[in-house]
Amino acid sequence: MTVARPLPHDAAPLHVTGQARYVDDIPTPQGTLHLAFGLSTIARGRILAMDLEAVRQAEGVVAVLTAQDLPGPCDCSPSNHDEPLLSDGTVHYVGQQLFLVVATSHGAARRAAALGRVNYEEERPILTIEAALAADSRFEDGPRIWTKGDVEATMAAAPLRLSGSLEMGGQEHFYLEGQAALALPQEGGDMVIHSSTQHPTEIQHKVAEALDLPMHAVRCEVRRMGGGFGGKESQGNALAVACAVAARITGRPCKMRYDRDDDMIITGKRHDFRIDYEIGHDAEGRILAVDFTQYTRCGWAMDLSLPVADRAMLHADNAYLLPAARITSHRLRTNTQSATAYRGFGGPQGMFGMEAAIDHLAHHLGLDPVEVRKINYYAPMAPVGGGLSAPRALRPPEDTSDPKKRTPNTPQPGTAQPLTGGGGGAVRYGAEHSPAGRMRPANTTPYGMEVTDFALHEMTEALLTSSDFAQRREAIAAWNAGQTVLKRGIAFSPVKFGISFTLTHLNQAGALVHVYQDGSVHLNHGGTEMGQGLFQKVAQVAASRFGIDPSAVKITATDTGKVPNTSATAASSGSDLNGMAAQAACDTIRDRIATCLAELHQADPASVRFADGKVTVAGTVLSFAEAAQTAYMNRVSLSATGFYKTPDIVWDRIKGEGRPFYYFAHGAAVTEVVIDTLTGENRILRADILHDAGASLNPALDIGQVEGGYVQGAGWLTTEELVWDDKGRLRTHAPSTYKIPACSDRPDIFNVALWDAPNRSETVYRSKAVGEPPFMLGISAFLALSKAISACGPGYPALVAPATAEKILAAIERARS
Amino acid sequence: MEITFLLNGETVCAESGATGTLLDWLREERGLCGTKEGCNEGDCGACTVMVTDADGSRALNACILFMPQLAGKAVRTVEGIAGPQGQMHPAQEAMVAKHGSQCGFCTPGFVVSMAVAHLNGRHDHDDQLAGNLCRCTGYAPIVRAAEAIEGTPVPDWMLADAGKVGLDPPTPEASVGQDPPYCPTSSDALARWYLDNPDATLIAGATDVGLWVTKQFRNLGPVAFLNRCTDLQTITEEGDVLRVGAGVTMTSLLEVIAAPHPSYAELIRRYGSVQVRNAATIGGSIANGSPIGDNAPALIALGATLHLRKGDTRRHLPVEAFFLDYGKQDRAPGEFVEAVTIPRTAQALRCYKISKRFDQDISAVCGCFNLTIEGGMVQAATIAFGGMAGTPKRASFVEAALVGKTWDATTVEAALPAFAEDFAPLTDMRASATYRLEVARNLLRRYRADLAGELVSVLEVQP
Repeated sequence: MTVARPLPHDAAPLHVTGQARYVDDIPTPQGTLHLAFGLSTIARGRILAMDLEAVRQAEGVVAVLTAQDLPGPCDCSPSNHDEPLLSDGTVHYVGQQLFLVVATSHGAARRAAALGRVNYEEERPILTIEAALAADSRFEDGPRIWTKGDVEATMAAAPLRLSGSLEMGGQEHFYLEGQAALALPQEGGDMVIHSSTQHPTEIQHKVAEALDLPMHAVRCEVRRMGGGFGGKESQGNALAVACAVAARITGRPCKMRYDRDDDMIITGKRHDFRIDYEIGHDAEGRILAVDFTQYTRCGWAMDLSLPVADRAMLHADNAYLLPAARITSHRLRTNTQSATAYRGFGGPQGMFGMEAAIDHLAHHLGLDPVEVRKINYYAPMAPVGGGLSAPRALRPPEDTSDPKKRTPNTPQPGTAQPLTGGGGGAVRYGAEHSPAGRMRPANTTPYGMEVTDFALHEMTEALLTSSDFAQRREAIAAWNAGQTVLKRGIAFSPVKFGISFTLTHLNQAGALVHVYQDGSVHLNHGGTEMGQGLFQKVAQVAASRFGIDPSAVKITATDTGKVPNTSATAASSGSDLNGMAAQAACDTIRDRIATCLAELHQADPASVRFADGKVTVAGTVLSFAEAAQTAYMNRVSLSATGFYKTPDIVWDRIKGEGRPFYYFAHGAAVTEVVIDTLTGENRILRADILHDAGASLNPALDIGQVEGGYVQGAGWLTTEELVWDDKGRLRTHAPSTYKIPACSDRPDIFNVALWDAPNRSETVYRSKAVGEPPFMLGISAFLALSKAISACGPGYPALVAPATAEKILAAIERARS
Repeated sequence: MEITFLLNGETVCAESGATGTLLDWLREERGLCGTKEGCNEGDCGACTVMVTDADGSRALNACILFMPQLAGKAVRTVEGIAGPQGQMHPAQEAMVAKHGSQCGFCTPGFVVSMAVAHLNGRHDHDDQLAGNLCRCTGYAPIVRAAEAIEGTPVPDWMLADAGKVGLDPPTPEASVGQDPPYCPTSSDALARWYLDNPDATLIAGATDVGLWVTKQFRNLGPVAFLNRCTDLQTITEEGDVLRVGAGVTMTSLLEVIAAPHPSYAELIRRYGSVQVRNAATIGGSIANGSPIGDNAPALIALGATLHLRKGDTRRHLPVEAFFLDYGKQDRAPGEFVEAVTIPRTAQALRCYKISKRFDQDISAVCGCFNLTIEGGMVQAATIAFGGMAGTPKRASFVEAALVGKTWDATTVEAALPAFAEDFAPLTDMRASATYRLEVARNLLRRYRADLAGELVSVLEVQP
């Protein structure tokens, strides 16, 4: 069966030959114009006057637009209608768009945009958490507070208490392809938009709103993005709206892409946080109560900050059962870029707060941090019939492209537990998702969700064994004793990440599938491809449903004209939602073909088998193409839509109660680092990872997500430092100053394996979402650094993130004092 | 102006302005969109192309490569890394098989870098790929692909360009009514022309000047391209010094300097990236006067001498004397850097580069130490730092605190306060003033431990 095969990315041959087409590569009609924004140079104030004469006179300039020239506010916000395309006269951050240059080339537009002269009345900007708190500058009327149990009483009764504070920086997405959009005016005022976006429906919606058109008059198409990571969930709106408006005004196609510096100055990033914590605990490190206060800089506009901050609260527990908990969240409005979605969507920040607190607790008590984690874990999942929760063998991490290279005794993913019948019908599990009475009732999250699928007990033991953790920890201690300048550290951290959009209505997806007379299949769905391999995974699902080779399935660009009302490809939900929708569409067609053939052959439709490119009915074997041709000749519709909505989720974000997640995905990592105690320089030596992707739809692509996510997560917490000056200017706005991991920064030894156990929830082929969860495995690198610093002295390092060499050197001082 | 070169095996005549970039020409004029723009400043490698000339094939960043630099050379883009009948290069096949591409946007650049490294028989993949950023994969599968093709045959088409590049390339021709850039073929010609055009911009590798154009939109005025002044590109042994022509690339210098000065070579290994070192020249690195360039502190510590030429007048001075103040060098109008002479021996040179990221990052602090120790006594000391002042600067007070003393921990500790007399560094996005000063002091401690044979570099630790 196609599902579970480690096939390469469907576009890999196009990628490696340079043929893969991104927005800026699409051939444009003659006369296409190019856009650039003029940007504010102050963080807060009012525009007194804009002198744009030099801009207008610049070579190649066709038009210069200000807010007054637009048909309306042309709002670009995904949430709050607080992001006019061009400033209405107020300035909220350095990099805000003030005017729009329309020119004959990208270069001409950029050069002209730099010539604007703007006089401002400056006000003192609010740049920091402290300044925002002092000014009560925030979104929503006050902090969100969720509680579980009697926190005051439990904290007061706890034998011991510990408090601390953790600062963590934001993160630039640094998708290699910058933001880009192309607007092609159509007859009758319609508009076609090509956008590098994770959310085509949002682009369609915002463009329609800006042009005062019904949504049916706007079509958005996305073949692929050169990386997204959340940075293209809402941040592409401004370019698409600008192109559409300029195209409407000039009547010509308009294209816009941000130069890298502009991209980094204009667009939002990961939210930075400060998290204060107090833990009530006993002498064995058992947590009795926690009180977290999360402060985050949301930037100037609301964007997606509320659900991001919610998800940070939702992951404040990470993997630990907290008998009593209070989580307070302050969403602060500052005069900086509007912080936005970024892989994990607040989850990493909330989880990092918990992991740092546990690190502190174990250090404080002089206990093994692994043991402190384990005794605080949620209770393990109760076994269900069929042995589905039995631990699986680890698979070797190396080349998954060639099945011959597999270690013979390790099971192929998905084959150990065949989940589909020969005809491709999914087995439906009889057991309830949460069997009543089988779990301890207290095994609930701070938001009241019962944890029924917790896999980390077994995964932790498996990883500690495979990574040789105990022995290496001893060896490191011995090595450290013999070194004066360098010290090593090793640390373990777990991940439990909730899967589903917390805005419940977003958990839906559609697909459109056509089967042509020759048996070739056209596949379309609402998900977008940003490199994660979604299209290939869904194609593997489709091929499996029809029992054909995936090469017979044409993967097509996401298109709001084919599948409407899509959700952003975000929240790791892409394959869960779109895979199921595509499966439903394929099954509809397959069942029609089966019914047709069964009638012709006097057979039971349920007996028709689709496998190995063949359709078998009553002893007759047809090729899939012959079957499709037969169905066509018998006037059977070979086109179908499919739809899916995630079941069983309910959520009240104000109360902080319900079941926001359909299931949890898990992961565990062990990282070893070395630091230089004279300079703070540091390096990851080895990482061992065990990650729960359910029954993987494609283990090669999933391992790719795990490896890439880990390195990106480690980058967030180490070298990736965003620096603003006291005027609110971002000083790290190019790769020369903002340092994402380079090739040699990956761990020297990098062992990644998948935890090969089917999802308990009824997801597509029992797989699990894998886009975001591995990002948080990078936390183990930070904890290993903290551990290495601890080798320098008895004090708690209280390391802050990103742990640059400078921050590590400062933490070494704290450890020594 | 018109520039003739080979593109993917075919001769092309390109029309371009003097500071038009290869990347823009490929994408906008030629419609070859496989080469990507990721940063437009030579830091991400998405635009990497292979350029072949008489000296061989190397990877360069097309985004800061000006068209006149290509005259008479051969360029292969990702489209030309595949064979003429469309057959994939082994690097391309391996990148598919090993899952080396996810979003695919950085992939063409990686493929070209990998193919050039393969052609040149390089197996130091982390260095060869340090100039290519990938945000998706975490690099592991990319390195697996690079390892998979080690030792496999180089396809014929990759070798075909070498025989076709002109030793005497045609000079770019001006179009009607346009000033051509000056493309001298000797330093004598350059010297004469520069006397008459002292306001001109001299362009060697364009790794810095490129950004003046792509990011700052500067009008460079008249420009001269120095890449054909082959007499500036030689390295010769002259007694106890190496004479390195100003036009020698950092790649060439790295090859030659590894034997006499391994620590300086290790510094250069982390200088920019392969693509940057293939373009950047030692002369450009000094002439632009950057306070954070890594060559100057190493050269100062080595006691290197700078050779300047104006017309037919030549003079020389210690490298350290060239840097007068921030943005101000001891260079007269019409005068240019001709060479630098580097002593071939140094008893205990150590160059330490401190940056947020090991590869392809600008130093927060670069400290270079060169002590002469005899009989346990410090006989002489030359210590220079980058990133600690408005210019690359010697640590004279520290040196004075060391010379004549016993080389031990007590002397080192006693010398540490002198750093504050030598330096009052700034705080910027790379590091705070406090950190810079503290690390500078600690680098002297590291130097002592290093000479004593202790393990002092995290890069040398194996898992």
